[in-house]
Amino acid sequence: MERIEKVVRQARAAFNSGRSRSLEFRIQQLKALERMVKEKEKEILAALHADLHKGGPNAYSHEILGVLAELALTMEKLPSWAAPQPVKKNLMTMRDEAYINFEPLGVVLIIGAWNYPFVLVMHPLIGAIAAGNAVVVKPSEVSENTAQLVADLLPQYLDQELYPVVTGGVPETTELLTQRFDHILYTGNTAVGKIVMAAAAKHLTPVTLELGGKSPCYIDKDCDLAVACRRITWGKYMNCGQTCIAPDYILCDPSIQSQVVENIKATLLEFYGEDVKSSPDYERIVNKRHFKRVVGLLEGQKIAHGGESDEASCFIAPTILTDVSPDSKVMEEEIFGPVLPIVTVKSVEEAIEFINRREKPLALYVFSNNKKLIKRVISETSSGGVTGNDVIMHFFLSTLPFGGVGHSGMGAYHGKHSFETFSHRRACLIKDLKMEGTNKMRYPPVSQKKVDWTKFILLKRFNRGRIGLALLALLGVVAAVMMK
Amino acid sequence: METDSVFLQPAGSGAGRAPEGDGGMGSVDGDAMSGNPYAGLVSHLRASWLSRKTRPMEYRVAQLEALGRFLDEKKQAVLEATAADMGKPPFEVELSETLLCKNELHETLNNLSHWMKDKHVDRPLATRLDSAFIRKEPYGVVLIIAPWNYPIYLILGPLIGAIAAGNCVIIKPSEISKNTERLVAEALPCYLDKDCFAVVTGGVQETTRLLENKFDYIFYTGSPPVGRIVMTAAAKHLTPVTLELGGKNPCYVSDTCDIPNMARRVVWGRFFNAGQTCIAPDYLLCSLEMQGKLLPALREAITEFYGPNPQESPDFGRIVGDKQFQRVRKLLCSGRVAIGGQTDEAERYIAPTILVDVQPSDPVMQEEIFGPILPIVVVANMDEAIDFINSRERPLAIYAFSSSDKVVNQVLERTSSGGFCGNDTLMHVTLTSLPFGGIGNSGLGMYHGKFTFDTFSHCRGCLKRGMGREPLNAPRYPPYSQKKFGIVQATSKVTRKDDCTLL
Repeated sequence: MERIEKVVRQARAAFNSGRSRSLEFRIQQLKALERMVKEKEKEILAALHADLHKGGPNAYSHEILGVLAELALTMEKLPSWAAPQPVKKNLMTMRDEAYINFEPLGVVLIIGAWNYPFVLVMHPLIGAIAAGNAVVVKPSEVSENTAQLVADLLPQYLDQELYPVVTGGVPETTELLTQRFDHILYTGNTAVGKIVMAAAAKHLTPVTLELGGKSPCYIDKDCDLAVACRRITWGKYMNCGQTCIAPDYILCDPSIQSQVVENIKATLLEFYGEDVKSSPDYERIVNKRHFKRVVGLLEGQKIAHGGESDEASCFIAPTILTDVSPDSKVMEEEIFGPVLPIVTVKSVEEAIEFINRREKPLALYVFSNNKKLIKRVISETSSGGVTGNDVIMHFFLSTLPFGGVGHSGMGAYHGKHSFETFSHRRACLIKDLKMEGTNKMRYPPVSQKKVDWTKFILLKRFNRGRIGLALLALLGVVAAVMMK
Repeated sequence: METDSVFLQPAGSGAGRAPEGDGGMGSVDGDAMSGNPYAGLVSHLRASWLSRKTRPMEYRVAQLEALGRFLDEKKQAVLEATAADMGKPPFEVELSETLLCKNELHETLNNLSHWMKDKHVDRPLATRLDSAFIRKEPYGVVLIIAPWNYPIYLILGPLIGAIAAGNCVIIKPSEISKNTERLVAEALPCYLDKDCFAVVTGGVQETTRLLENKFDYIFYTGSPPVGRIVMTAAAKHLTPVTLELGGKNPCYVSDTCDIPNMARRVVWGRFFNAGQTCIAPDYLLCSLEMQGKLLPALREAITEFYGPNPQESPDFGRIVGDKQFQRVRKLLCSGRVAIGGQTDEAERYIAPTILVDVQPSDPVMQEEIFGPILPIVVVANMDEAIDFINSRERPLAIYAFSSSDKVVNQVLERTSSGGFCGNDTLMHVTLTSLPFGGIGNSGLGMYHGKFTFDTFSHCRGCLKRGMGREPLNAPRYPPYSQKKFGIVQATSKVTRKDDCTLL
């Protein structure tokens, strides 16, 4: 535990030395990360396979490809993101320099999750380094192989004092959370999210919480069911359902329920073959505890497909449940497993009402040929993000902020949003020590004349036109000269 | 804390008991709240929120225009209330309460339709035929807790943005500025839709109970210790927060400097509102030599502004309450009084005061002064000043005065603070295009202008795809043959120009 305090102290001293601030240094570190990902690809894939039974191609697409893209984007854009941003000035500050300076926050803590153990540590790390911070990385102990790999690899490629890795479980994380950080990004569940924020509150540390929830998926009757179901099957069962933005449950009209089931069944056959267990592309539940939890959700449910499981290998077959009651256990918590409940609703109004009665989810999905309907579902609900007519995909657009709202989280990241999350926007106004004339209007003793001139100069007009501005500027200069 | 321990049901707030269990989004906490005195009010606002009436732009504009009318029609009442609360000079009210609010209002009304629009984002090749945008959405029912020092501006500033963003709002003015509190509680609800906006009054107890409810955003302006309490309460509901706190804002004066101008600007910033300003220059750092030159200039500026006896000046304020007066007066014992130092307890008057021979360990250097006292701490040079600043908590503002651009830039680059102003004080706050907020102990989050609208909005990332072109999706589906993998790698090849895509 003393080690943790020492590591954080060292990171802060390293940050205070100022070496993480230059753009050259930041890009150099990002380049090193890029080398690490490329050179150690085999090791990373092996760790992911050991932790989640994730096949090579899958692991590469989901974890490595995205990281390389984020690195490339960040390295290219960093100079423009980090440049001071001049802002619009008013009459009083016309001759001054006014801009926003993007500055590092200091020492950042990143707590990763176990379901995409590599990317969920790397993405935030890239943003935090790009913003000039020191970063303490705490990978999830549940995905122990990837955690160990990250702990071994980062010190080999990155500045060891600025970017330490801390491994361990609940006791280590609790200890870490007593330390003072300048931002904490946590990916995980709602319950722990509250604990992280409460710990952060003691130090007034801003937080980004990437949590979860039950992401609903509404399928309209007017819809290409085959396509919709293929896309949903892909997003639901990837990583054995252990994806924070997986479509958690389906809402659809009872008349299409059996068709939905048939289509998903057909797609599952296409994806994983007759014997799902032997498909190299189908993952496993991460550990026995989660295995038991997910299997428990099947109790008392109508299993339309799947349901088989094998505790020894933490295998749960892709499963579909029909006519699920909104009050059942499987509809209470985020499933985070390959179990897809279908809840029937008689109309889109009922679906919207159903969604709004529950906590705001991380993602929301709606499938329909009717653009108006999609628009309506989006505007009458709230969620972290949305994909229409597909699932998961908004995650891959780095120009979209990725984050939750309400119980699904706060703050966002990806691409430029990461850079902004880990930066302080410092307002800077640099005036001249001369030109005291204009200032005289604001000083006591006050006269009516002064009041009138001050209002004139400082008051923003309602719908002021361009010409008006120039005229005001001219009059302002005249006023300044007169006051002198 | 002075408390008005009687909970006032805000006049005409229309907050009856809402139907139990009809809390709407996240009503999971409803049962636990049934003993809470504000549960009904929060429920009522939440029901209004769910009815979507705050969404249309026309509604928001109407509410904002009503706020404008409040500012115009209640101007005299505001002048009287703030004068009663802390002897606020009318010109200061004009400048810092009315004018700054009007600027925010006009900036918001001028730009609201633009701010509300979906922001379309760049898409890489594969998703170019799709529609991708960021939608700004209101959070829901938000809570604004305001302090007493600029009691109108620090309510309306955030309120304008919260309304513009489409939220329902509960406003909690400070009980310490009790005349303004009464004015806000009685008058404001008459201008706003009572179903969506309410004012809650009370002291520590009432605020604590209010904070037990679930809000969708909390905006707090005040002190760091209470900021911690607010954030801890917010954590229970995973409520995002903006905390506008404070600290000791250093003001470095270099040896090369236009002394009379600098002195005026510092005196103005320090003694405005009798020093009760979160971004006031809290203490001065300069060389001994500079101190010698500064003192006469500071004395002259004080006399120029407030006359030979500031107690008689209509342009100098008073301390807000007896408790605060006692606290600030104690700080006069630090160092030596070079200018001022007179006090009058009956009037809660403390003269504009400059302290010298101040040690870093003195009481006046341990807490945010929030009064009309300016200690001067002597440093050998700029480097020592920067080290001094960096050894303390990061403040809300840092000021640096120098005729040399280089010096100003050095201080800026080698320190960290919420905001920075070179060669003046306070003025960065008048630009609505600059974000206003703290860092570290001085706060988290920011607002003013569009930043307020953004603060009270959830940025929802939206991607709308077509149902066609399904063959293009084929490479992403299992089974993953080596061939398919090859295609994925080749077509998703990361180049420096394009974003990578997962097809």
